[in-house]
Amino acid sequence: MTDLTTFGIAAIRDGVRDGQFKAREVAEAFNAKVAGADALNAFLVKTPEHALAAADAADAARAAGETLKPLAGVPIGMKDLFATKGVATTAASKILEGFVPPYESTVSQNLWNAGAGMLGKLNLDQFAMGSSNETSAFGNVVSPWRRPNDTAPLAPGGSSGGSSTAVSAGLAPGATGTDTGGSIRQPAAFTGISGIKPTYGRCSRWGTIAFASSLDQAGPMARDVRDCAIMLEAMAGFDAKDATSLKLDVPNWEAALSTDLKGKKVGVPKEYRVDGMPAEIEALWQQGIDWLRDAGAEIVEVSLPHTKYALPAYYIIAPAEASSNLARYDGVRYGLRDLPEGAGLQDMYAATRAAGFGDEVKRRILIGTYVLSAGFYDAYYTQAQKVRTLIARDFERAFGECDVLLTPTAPSAAFALGEKQADPLAMYLNDVFTVPASLAGLPAMSVPGGLDKDGLPLGLQIIGKPLDEQGVLNAGLAIEQRAGFTARPQAWW
Amino acid sequence: MSEYRIQGASGEWEVVIGLEVHAQVTTNAKLFSGAATAFGAEPNTQVSLVDAAMPGMLPVPNMECIRQAVRTGMAIDAQINKWSRFDRKNYFYADLPQGYQISQLYHPLVGEGAIEISLDEKNPDGPTKSIGVERIHVEQDAGKLMHDQHPTRSYVDLNRSGVALMEIVSRPDMRSPAEAGAYLRKLRAILRYVGSCDGNMEEGSMRADVNVSVRKPGDEFGTRTETKNVNSVRFVMAAIEYEAKRQVAVLEDGGKIVQETRLFNVESGTTRSMRSKEDAHDYRYFPDPDLLPLELTDAFLEECRASLPELPDAKRRRYEALGLTAYNAGVLTAEVETARWFDGLLDALEGTSAKPAQAANWVAAELFGALNRLGKDITESPVSPAQAAELLALVADGTLSGSLSKQVFEIMLETGDGPSKIVEERGLKQTSDTGAIEAVIAEVLEKNPNQLGQYRAGKEALFGFFVGQTMKAMGGKANPAVVNDLLKKALAG
Repeated sequence: MTDLTTFGIAAIRDGVRDGQFKAREVAEAFNAKVAGADALNAFLVKTPEHALAAADAADAARAAGETLKPLAGVPIGMKDLFATKGVATTAASKILEGFVPPYESTVSQNLWNAGAGMLGKLNLDQFAMGSSNETSAFGNVVSPWRRPNDTAPLAPGGSSGGSSTAVSAGLAPGATGTDTGGSIRQPAAFTGISGIKPTYGRCSRWGTIAFASSLDQAGPMARDVRDCAIMLEAMAGFDAKDATSLKLDVPNWEAALSTDLKGKKVGVPKEYRVDGMPAEIEALWQQGIDWLRDAGAEIVEVSLPHTKYALPAYYIIAPAEASSNLARYDGVRYGLRDLPEGAGLQDMYAATRAAGFGDEVKRRILIGTYVLSAGFYDAYYTQAQKVRTLIARDFERAFGECDVLLTPTAPSAAFALGEKQADPLAMYLNDVFTVPASLAGLPAMSVPGGLDKDGLPLGLQIIGKPLDEQGVLNAGLAIEQRAGFTARPQAWW
Repeated sequence: MSEYRIQGASGEWEVVIGLEVHAQVTTNAKLFSGAATAFGAEPNTQVSLVDAAMPGMLPVPNMECIRQAVRTGMAIDAQINKWSRFDRKNYFYADLPQGYQISQLYHPLVGEGAIEISLDEKNPDGPTKSIGVERIHVEQDAGKLMHDQHPTRSYVDLNRSGVALMEIVSRPDMRSPAEAGAYLRKLRAILRYVGSCDGNMEEGSMRADVNVSVRKPGDEFGTRTETKNVNSVRFVMAAIEYEAKRQVAVLEDGGKIVQETRLFNVESGTTRSMRSKEDAHDYRYFPDPDLLPLELTDAFLEECRASLPELPDAKRRRYEALGLTAYNAGVLTAEVETARWFDGLLDALEGTSAKPAQAANWVAAELFGALNRLGKDITESPVSPAQAAELLALVADGTLSGSLSKQVFEIMLETGDGPSKIVEERGLKQTSDTGAIEAVIAEVLEKNPNQLGQYRAGKEALFGFFVGQTMKAMGGKANPAVVNDLLKKALAG
């Protein structure tokens, strides 16, 4: 019998619809995979019964001759940043340990409405702050990938490291991610899968635990571009409960997928050729350029002159917003409360937050508090916002000359866990290619392009015009077809 | 209102006053959540997930609150900013679940406006003064803490948390407690006319932060103190008076005024220091990234303007044009309910021979007197405008004499019946029947031969005696003018 967990979202959907197998069989197969993968630490909560219930509903609908929902019978993993009604939601932080939301996030609800089931809640960097998953309060996720003849555990990327690992290790055909400065794209690149961050405002933020509100955006992570398109269609849509939600219909991205890039122009931003970038990544980038040219696109060099200021601006704006967004975790209404003997209100705040937040979260709260302080606000926050405007303008100008941009996703392949933990700045540099599109709110995706000399995946990033997810997906698909990336990690767990 | 001066040992001091009024917007729902806003509900029964700052919850502006603030701005001829923005004011306190208040620091909804106050409220046509309004912005109210429910714990009621407030900030244009009182009363009247705030200071829906400084006339502004949350016009005036005298005493003792926040003690009528500028919070204001800038359309503004009612000053001028005294016009327009009642009366008087000025006199003397006696306000008046109009019309057409109308009015107050019915049923109609009156006069003259003799001998002062006797014999129902006429003839012999 075929191992159903080798199937992606489209294959499962079609197979269930066509009666090749039952949705319940799919859910059982993935549940079993999840149950056998504790060594990866990808799941914080397992919800096999949720996946089975959705599967049974799909099977019943088919038996009744009903038209199946777009994701009927498809079990997915849910990043533990999305509030799920009745299922513990922690953002991988001690401060939310034991918190069970009485509400369902819009994105997860959209997925359930589309017929998907939930395999469990996925581990992540605490409050989505991190690039390696090492800031999770519940232990880091371990990448299913290893270097040859080396058992050193590798980073699955972050912050959506549980999602990247679950998809890459075949524990789920797809998973939700969130991306604030690269948290979908970088882990996708590290684990050889695809992931797209749509235009800011496509996916509702309601019920998603906030990191940096002006940047946070949900998106799918899956095995290929088509699966991303299918899943994004289900996740996206206007939501009156989010004031920044875009009041637009969701396009039928899957139906409009095309690899014919004739008449399209692909921009290659020269500022992304950073010093010290590994030759393999440089080479892959060139390979990607050739693939897109082969698909009919014209290649143009473009300039995004303010790129080098993106990372510093991001590490001011995101912590500033986070310092305020995380003020609500105060021990008063939910989650952890540390009330030392005889303590007053301020003592309780201090004790709770000291005990509840991890070091990286504290670091960013401190940075954010500092840059918003009287006397520093203009020098940091206001300046960073100006940079943000200039970066958006850079993209606007570049898109006057091209339709999509092609860049590497990350400056390196997956690094070893522990390698960069002591050096926050080295860690932050991981976001160098992904942060600019986040600051500009643009759709961007990572698709696997090849393997490095150690056999580890490398990703290519496509950045599109506002609302042009289609252009991004199509270019991604063109690369996917030419790259023929089929490598999967060998199960060692 | 002569110039208000504080006599110090070193000479006269002038007091400079600015008021920040927090006015709760009259709406059914909070500023950023759908929760209800009724006063006096059970604690924590009007709290949405947003108000409780649950993880992932987002604010969405309630446009009715914005509309009310815009209408208020229009009512004081203020600049309406078509582009405004919400900022976060960050601080930790148990009444503030988010850890920040959503307010508008940098770009308020309403800019410069002015409120004209009468310097002599008894004479609205007398001298006036324009008090500048610097801005009106919209912000969230905080919750309520109760410290007297438990020996060691404080209770939190979040019903008020997130309720929409308008902060109406005056220029430091007031120079006496009386001016501040007049400003508050006028502002309150405008708010109530517009319907944007019920102005109920006892329930806390309007409260003032009082900024006071003193200086020698002609000098630069002195250092000010801010007395927080004063909740009646009387207390505001008392706080200013106390604070001004305190400051003069400090300065004349060679001391310095510390810029600080103070609290007003209702019992003692004094203020005390709450916190000084040195330990003031750094609120780390920054634009709320959960909310887009507020951009108002012309259509929205037009609707706001079209929905504005006639405002107190315009109404007063209209009443004066109808022949009302300035004093009556002022009294009848001071409260929106009174003005509404009187407008109803004017409408009902259409087509009768009763004059608006007489109606105003009647309301000011008879109706107000009766309501006072009954301890009711005008909205509870047992007599409706239509009934009052009927009564006034009966007087104007001679059906009722002045004294009869008082009798009828008393019966109206007791029974709630209309005047025509009362006149009919009780035979209180004034008679102009000359035959009947002549018969009574003949009788009166016959019964009082002495007086008749004296009168005819030249003691004309006795005329009143005969009028009285005749009216008495007629049960007060005779038309006094007819009685006068006929008596004169009869007495002349």
